[in-house]
Amino acid sequence: MVNNQSNSNNPRLNYDFRRKKNAEGMRIQVATFTLMIFFTVVSFVAVAADFSKWFVIPFILLLAVVQVGFQLYYFMHMSEKGHEAPSLFMWSGITVAFVTVLAFMTIIWW
Amino acid sequence: MSTIAQKRGFASTIWDYLTTVDHKKIAILYLIAGGIFFLMGGIEAMMIRAQLAVPNNDFVSAGLYNELLTMHGTTMIFLAAMPLLLGFMNAVMPLQIGARDVAFPFVNALGFWLFFFGGLFLNLSWFLGGAPDAGWTSYASLSLASEGHGIDFYALGLQISGFGTLMGGINFLVTIINMRAPGMTYMRMPLFTWTTFVASALILFAFPPLTASIFMLSFDRMFGANFFNVAAGGNTIIWEHFFWIFGHPEVYILILPAFGIFSEIFSTFSRKRLFGYSSMVFATVLIGFLGFMVWAHHMFTVGLGPVANAIFAVATMAIAVPTGIKIFNWLLTIWGGSIKFTVPMLYAVAFIPSFVAGGVTGIMQAVAPADYQYHDTYFIVAHFHYVIVGGVVFALLAGVHFYWPKMFGTMLSEKIGKFTFVFFFIGFHLTFFIQHFLGLMGMPRRVWTFLPGQGLDAGNLISSIGAAFMAIGVILLLLNVVITSVKNERVGNDPWEDGRTLEWAIPSPPPFYNFKQLPLVRGLDAYWLEKMEGKTTLTPAEPIGDIHMPNGSFTPFVISLGLFIAAFGAMYHVDDKAWAIPVLIGGLAITFGAMAYRSIKDDHGFHIHKEDLMDDDNEDKGVKA
Amino acid sequence: MHAEEKFTPQTWPESPEKATLEGKNKFLGFWLFLGGETVLFASLFATYIALKDKVPSPDHMLAKDLFELPLVFVMTMLLLTSSLTSVYAMYHMKNYNFKKMQLWMLITVILGLGFLGCELYEFHHYYTEYNHTFTSSAFGSAFYTLTGFHGAHVVFGLVWMTLLMIRNAGRGLSLYNAPKFYLASLYWHFIDVVWVFIFTVVYLMGMVG
Repeated sequence: MVNNQSNSNNPRLNYDFRRKKNAEGMRIQVATFTLMIFFTVVSFVAVAADFSKWFVIPFILLLAVVQVGFQLYYFMHMSEKGHEAPSLFMWSGITVAFVTVLAFMTIIWW
Repeated sequence: MSTIAQKRGFASTIWDYLTTVDHKKIAILYLIAGGIFFLMGGIEAMMIRAQLAVPNNDFVSAGLYNELLTMHGTTMIFLAAMPLLLGFMNAVMPLQIGARDVAFPFVNALGFWLFFFGGLFLNLSWFLGGAPDAGWTSYASLSLASEGHGIDFYALGLQISGFGTLMGGINFLVTIINMRAPGMTYMRMPLFTWTTFVASALILFAFPPLTASIFMLSFDRMFGANFFNVAAGGNTIIWEHFFWIFGHPEVYILILPAFGIFSEIFSTFSRKRLFGYSSMVFATVLIGFLGFMVWAHHMFTVGLGPVANAIFAVATMAIAVPTGIKIFNWLLTIWGGSIKFTVPMLYAVAFIPSFVAGGVTGIMQAVAPADYQYHDTYFIVAHFHYVIVGGVVFALLAGVHFYWPKMFGTMLSEKIGKFTFVFFFIGFHLTFFIQHFLGLMGMPRRVWTFLPGQGLDAGNLISSIGAAFMAIGVILLLLNVVITSVKNERVGNDPWEDGRTLEWAIPSPPPFYNFKQLPLVRGLDAYWLEKMEGKTTLTPAEPIGDIHMPNGSFTPFVISLGLFIAAFGAMYHVDDKAWAIPVLIGGLAITFGAMAYRSIKDDHGFHIHKEDLMDDDNEDKGVKA
Repeated sequence: MHAEEKFTPQTWPESPEKATLEGKNKFLGFWLFLGGETVLFASLFATYIALKDKVPSPDHMLAKDLFELPLVFVMTMLLLTSSLTSVYAMYHMKNYNFKKMQLWMLITVILGLGFLGCELYEFHHYYTEYNHTFTSSAFGSAFYTLTGFHGAHVVFGLVWMTLLMIRNAGRGLSLYNAPKFYLASLYWHFIDVVWVFIFTVVYLMGMVG
């Protein structure tokens, strides 16, 4: 089982390195979270400010997609290695999901 | 199997199967349950053909006829074909990749019991006030208007068994991705494993839309929702879309594993490597992908408009390309091979022209304007029976003969098997070929009778005679099973003598841990490679060591039973029965309680110790269960 | 590496959730399940989009009459924050700090309960004030089914996390329970993913019209 991914044989050094790496990762998570909160606030403000719906709808959808990307790739760690199969199947699921939603927006009522 | 049964007594064998998490035993459970449902669906089919044998027949009433055709379709697809294929996947796939079990043995058992209780619930409708009668597609405008509880049985039964299938799909995917033996790269996997993989992925993405829409149907019928109720703003087309977003991948879920079984049979009995292996893999994946893009070809006459119809027509025709690749690869596998016409090979060879005929009519229907002529006629019935019987059922029958020795350690009689084949093959073409013409002459499907003197009499009679031939074939198969089991002549590792893949290198039936040492896979057709070098065993990838195995558990049965009970509560809630809601809640409590129990109680499994494995060697039993 | 083995922060593996074969299988199987859930929720979203504002008569409430942004904003903040707190829990899990992990899990559960409370209030409000119910219109059915499925996922997630915390309170982290905690947190993030689309597609776009 390959758990120790650094080259050093000194466990103490490995440990310190990993602690530092985890802490660094956590800082990125917090930054991500800040951005997500920001996007959410912007979305709500855009709707509350009563802009044209031709601007608001694409804009808030874009923010939602970016936010979900953050959730998946940072909070759920999909950007890290060892997530090849999860990515494949999530993207396949997203493809089917997209086709389904598209169909229901176009060929349900006419 | 039978020797063990005698040693351990009947009750303990039953208990063993109720609690088993061994993929080989679960395979047997799937085979038995799927086989029984197959017979029930067959009886329903015989009754349909008896009714239609002569014009103006009154063998069954119009209402009963609707129930029969609905239950025939639903049973055959959900409770016979799919579970039987899942059975073969369970029996063979882990052996083919050199694994000791599936990734989630517990979930595997849970999947079976959910399917079983779902199927049982659906079929109880016969005794509890009438079966569903809105066709296997159960279009909402019809199913909402259906009186009684038939459709409720349909919705709840399929929901429960659908959960089971979904779990099976996830389980196989993880097994194939994570549990392959050393050296078993993706491009060395046998084709049956590949088709299991793609079919499982289709299950993963096709069943959720069905789950969602069945929830909606249940809510509409039982809890006053208005998804499909036009008067309250609903839309009945929603059900049709969901049903076919699920339903079209579903037919590939059925046919891809069938392709896999035939691929194994062709290369085994042509004693040649499968021609164009990588293009076969590519075609399988492509069919899986395209399978999600074509569902609306079932809905050409709904009125989606010319643009939508054109897109789906073109996408549908595109599927002919990968399917054609496969057909030619099989032909070229046989070409120049040293062919042995065993029973499985007979089915495989018969499959090619039969399935191509079904494929050709499929292309005809893909032409949207022409489909307006074929829609809802017997032409459609002929088409899908050509692909499903000529493809899937032939594969199931071939697979039963092919894998029987691996599953049970004894060979089905080749002689009876050939009689089965002849009757079934002739009966199949007799039944369904003429239906193309009945359809083109305007005979509608799903109508309980027809009038004399419209040119339909002779065709229908021929069709019904053909059905009797198929029934004789199935009876012969049952006879074969009984005779073989009584004789019980044990066979060795490789009873067909030409096995190419890992499963033929281990005893029949395999020991419960499958491989004493995980094998080292050195190429495609790993066992064949070893045999060509004059060896009889696989090259081990590890020294003999302790083997970790999962514990058996009764919890899967309890979880499924809970949902079965809850379904009665949900259904009779409509009748304002005072006990209905408590039963619903009680059933769900059983299910979730059992799940919590499973989650809280640690289960680390057990180890088979090295010394015991060595003992096995000395006794030279090979089989230990 | 056995599931029962004892560890120190130094020997604790880098990816404890994937250090055993069981863990690896669970990890992958759960991701696949989430792929299927994506399609399930897409089906519910698609239905909602198709049936939005489809009511039998003009006296029924439509989306823009019903929704109130402040409440939805509070719910969103609660759920988003709970997503971050479960990231913290996993951070401490990877550092083999069981106590802190439990603490952050507990905060996650509390935030989740807050979300659930708001949602129940919201449904109650629609039922009593606006007569917008599950059975009143196709719009109502689709709305409650979509948000209700999400709410049911929240409930399941809360029960799951609570059971995990109680069950393991006395024995600390091991390679046997690390994958379980990890999956629960993945599930919780997925619930948040769905909510991002719910607040955007259902509430915000509902207000825009």
